[in-house]
Amino acid sequence: MLRDADRIFTNLYGQQDWGLTGARARGDWDGTKDLILKGRDWLIEQVKTSDLRGRGGAGFSTGMKWSFMPKKNDGRPHYLVINADEGEPGTCKDRDILRHDPHKLVEGCLLACVGIGANACYIYIRGEFYQEGSNLQRAIDQAYEAGLIGKNACGSGYDCDIYLHRGAGAYICGEETALLESLEGKKGQPRLKPPFPAFCGLYGCPTTVNNVETIAVVPTILRRGASWFAGLGRPKNTGTKVFCISGHVNQPCNVEEEMGIPMKELIEKHAGGVRGGWDNLMAVIPGGSSMPVLPKSICDTVLMDFDSLRDVKSALGTAAVIVMDKSTDIIKAFTRLAAFYKHESCGQCTPCREGTGWMWRMLERMGRGEATLADIDMLDDVTKQIEGHTICAFGDGAAWPVMGFLRHFRPEIEKRIAARAQRAAAE
Amino acid sequence: MPKLKVDGIEVEVPPGSTVLQACEAIGVEIPRFCYHEKLSIAGNCRMCLVEMEKSPKPIASCAMPAADNMVIKTDTPMVRKARHGVMEFLLINHPLDCPICDQGGECDLQDQAMAYGRGDSRYGEMKRAVKDKNMGPLVKTIMTRCIHCTRCIRFAGEIAGVEELGATGRGEDMEIATYLEKALDSELSANIIDLCPVGALTSKPYAFNARPWELRKTESIDVMDAVGSNIRIDARGAEVMRVLPRLNEAVNEEWISDKSRFACDGLRRQRLDRPYVRHDGKLQEASWPEAFEAIRARLGGLAGDRIAAIAGDLACAESMVALKDLLAALGSPHLDCRQDGAKLPAASRAAYLFNSTIAGIEQADAIVLVGTNPRWEAPLVNARIRKRYLMGGLKVAVIGEKLALTYKIQHLGAGPETLAELAAGHHPFAEMLKAAKKPMLILGQGALARADGAAVLATARQLAESCNLVREGWNGFNVLHMAAARVGGLDLGFVPGNGGRDVAGILDGASSGAIEAVYLLGADEIDMARLGRAFVIYQGHHGDAGAHRADVILPGAAYTEKNATYVNTEGRVQLARIATFPPGEAREDWKVLRALSDALGRRLPYDTLAAVRKRLVEVNPVFASVDAVAPAGWGAFGSAGAMGAAPFVSPVRNFYMTDPISRSSQTMAECTEAFVKPKLGVGKPDAGKTGTHG
Repeated sequence: MLRDADRIFTNLYGQQDWGLTGARARGDWDGTKDLILKGRDWLIEQVKTSDLRGRGGAGFSTGMKWSFMPKKNDGRPHYLVINADEGEPGTCKDRDILRHDPHKLVEGCLLACVGIGANACYIYIRGEFYQEGSNLQRAIDQAYEAGLIGKNACGSGYDCDIYLHRGAGAYICGEETALLESLEGKKGQPRLKPPFPAFCGLYGCPTTVNNVETIAVVPTILRRGASWFAGLGRPKNTGTKVFCISGHVNQPCNVEEEMGIPMKELIEKHAGGVRGGWDNLMAVIPGGSSMPVLPKSICDTVLMDFDSLRDVKSALGTAAVIVMDKSTDIIKAFTRLAAFYKHESCGQCTPCREGTGWMWRMLERMGRGEATLADIDMLDDVTKQIEGHTICAFGDGAAWPVMGFLRHFRPEIEKRIAARAQRAAAE
Repeated sequence: MPKLKVDGIEVEVPPGSTVLQACEAIGVEIPRFCYHEKLSIAGNCRMCLVEMEKSPKPIASCAMPAADNMVIKTDTPMVRKARHGVMEFLLINHPLDCPICDQGGECDLQDQAMAYGRGDSRYGEMKRAVKDKNMGPLVKTIMTRCIHCTRCIRFAGEIAGVEELGATGRGEDMEIATYLEKALDSELSANIIDLCPVGALTSKPYAFNARPWELRKTESIDVMDAVGSNIRIDARGAEVMRVLPRLNEAVNEEWISDKSRFACDGLRRQRLDRPYVRHDGKLQEASWPEAFEAIRARLGGLAGDRIAAIAGDLACAESMVALKDLLAALGSPHLDCRQDGAKLPAASRAAYLFNSTIAGIEQADAIVLVGTNPRWEAPLVNARIRKRYLMGGLKVAVIGEKLALTYKIQHLGAGPETLAELAAGHHPFAEMLKAAKKPMLILGQGALARADGAAVLATARQLAESCNLVREGWNGFNVLHMAAARVGGLDLGFVPGNGGRDVAGILDGASSGAIEAVYLLGADEIDMARLGRAFVIYQGHHGDAGAHRADVILPGAAYTEKNATYVNTEGRVQLARIATFPPGEAREDWKVLRALSDALGRRLPYDTLAAVRKRLVEVNPVFASVDAVAPAGWGAFGSAGAMGAAPFVSPVRNFYMTDPISRSSQTMAECTEAFVKPKLGVGKPDAGKTGTHG
């Protein structure tokens, strides 16, 4: 269990002042100038050494991502874009950072800008986050007033401007290239890759897109040292992580914990346990709705980090733990998720546009038992026709929940089909 | 030059090529729907997925840049499965209405489903239905068939330059639409019909008319403007069913204007299908010998300088050379092919050509448009300028009307004054032209077809010289024509001979009685009232203004009905080919003139098309090289003089009706109602209102 001394987000629950005074009291903005003056290479090196992996879902090495940015400026400005379009069902970690600890993000933006050679940072915030956006804007204003950002940020001689941009509520705009399109004022549809944003991103300029949590932990890593961060968790799965536990638990919560904590411990210690006890557990989606679901047998032992979850064919994603006890109609639950993906597909590329609706309609039928056993195989086949064939990862994210569901809960559907057949026979 | 391996074959492609292009280079076919050579890459249909070594997922070959040492496989289980999958997804919501779909037989979806689909259907849910959109009188929509390839959106935004098409909604609710449910206001709009890989966008005038396999296809040349777009004429029996573009990178790429495409229904109306002779003030049907006899009787005793001829805008080179020879035989110097009165000299070829060539526009970096509206006078020239504009670094200035073109313009002034200022180097834009690497001047008929046209031409030449538009390997002086016949006429010297009268002179002569007989070769754009009491012979294919005034009508052939030579505005000699026979008694035009010459006792010395064409080459050797542009030598032309103050105005007031064929076309009439009249404020009382007027 994470020691209090190792906590990064010490105001996650908003019990203290979220403004600049409170943030300074928690140690933010302390010696930022010195960190900036240590330079770009040192910054990237530190982040690389800390083994920080992106907190937005894909878990890509942050230091590596920063190092993809051109070393020499070719005349185009560099941009940092913060993805605060937190829309993944079950996930609400960035929200708490934005409203209770916005200065962590603002300071992180400044340092990350130094790391990638950018002088401008855009924060794309989910439109529904009204209060969060207001708090963040106030924090940005405070930082400007205090000379922490803007021209000659923190007196370091480095210029860094931060702009807040509100989204309009499309889930797909959380995909990094769709986010850039939306930021440019266009319809939020993912771009083709390559070229990758580090080469050709916002307005055709080199751009790094990072998650809120990723950037918010950077200042602390730099202050406390990369080795401190790397010492938490397991190798390649280092540091702390804000977990969002929701669903059939006694006390749904956000909690910062060490990477690699056993799922059972996480749920029992922080969320008051599964409703009706651990044995009443049916399934857990460990990383937000896009990740494959895990049955209780795996949940018993699995560790909450990138590699452990990958080994059981799921993923850490955003670390949004969605708990379902045995009262859940699991077919209905996944039908609901499929409906979400059908609704949020941008419609640009064929497999996702056509496939998400097809999956949802089949699941609807299966929920009523109006299906054949061959339909289950067909559904599985359709998920594979979507996965990996689309422009962006949305297709994967839409297919994986259904794939995981079929992998572990196929008997549920078979039972439902059999029950209906029986009813029909009885009539 | 990246070198990669496709299906085990090594291939080297130019830098910037995509994997799909590399596959095509060695003849490996990659199915696709959204990819199109002339449009930006969307990569959204996912049909072109191929396997790339070291990539766990299949890649979209249309969007992946070819790189060194790539190993591509296009025929593996993974690729086949991907194609099956995408094809199935495209078909699940596609209606099964192929038997009543106009795209049938030329449908990419149909063809590729045969080649790459799975052969059976597993989809048991309800299919999607989408409301049809109103896209005006040309494009019929059946949006349920749409597969969302976005080719039409990209065409409208990129080539046509009207950002009126877009996708609304998300996911499977995504719909292609003009946001305000209005017709696509572009002269190139119907090209989206060709681009649509399915039957979602089809041709409204051609709806349910024919199946592609019933049509006889003839490769020909368009005459609706002076661009000389390459077209394919699809005919069934004696009727032209439709006109489609044909690829010619140098001229029209693969687009044609809506007029070129849809004016063909005018070929069925108002046709002159037999000779007529006026008796007692009334035109009466006649036989060919009777018509010729009527002409012989009137022309027989007439001195040569009492006879004149005017060639119209659609006349082919063959008929013009025959008429010129006939007039020479009759001893008349009064002939002119510039029925709008444009002051263009036939002596200097560079003075009347689009010297930079249409493809040359892509190299230009500064363009000044004088007295022209390219959007309406030559939509494909306009599209080329937009193409160049999108590449970046192009400055376009306009002297004339303030136009809504499809690129940013700088309006310098309205008339001759500004042109003179620019020519004298007193205008800041002159510096821009001088500094440009490949500057262009495009002179429209609006600047030349006026009393001071010769002086305007001289000033334009002065501008070309003072701003150094004509350089080693580059001639930036361009005349943009509107009449398909014009350059051919000038090349043949169909202009007044020694002491001859031009169009204005002929009309004056006819009014005063000095000219007693006028031969109109398809000339309809002159003021018929000024022909006075002259004996008028009209040879042409439509009962337009000329035929109404005529004393004798000789029915000729339209451009789709004869083997004919046209020279486009660049000076490119191109051959139109016969797609259908002329209706009734009508005959190919040079044959009519040849037969008439016999009746007049002045037999022309050619009996075959080959012999006429030999005569063309004799008159001007440019006719020897078909489909080529020879650079014209720069020389003195124009005559300096005072220019008037009147602003330059483009002669085209209605793009859709500029000649006898388009004036007879019902489709063009509908376009006039839909696009032109609302802009002029005529038509429906609420035209132009948005619905928020209370």
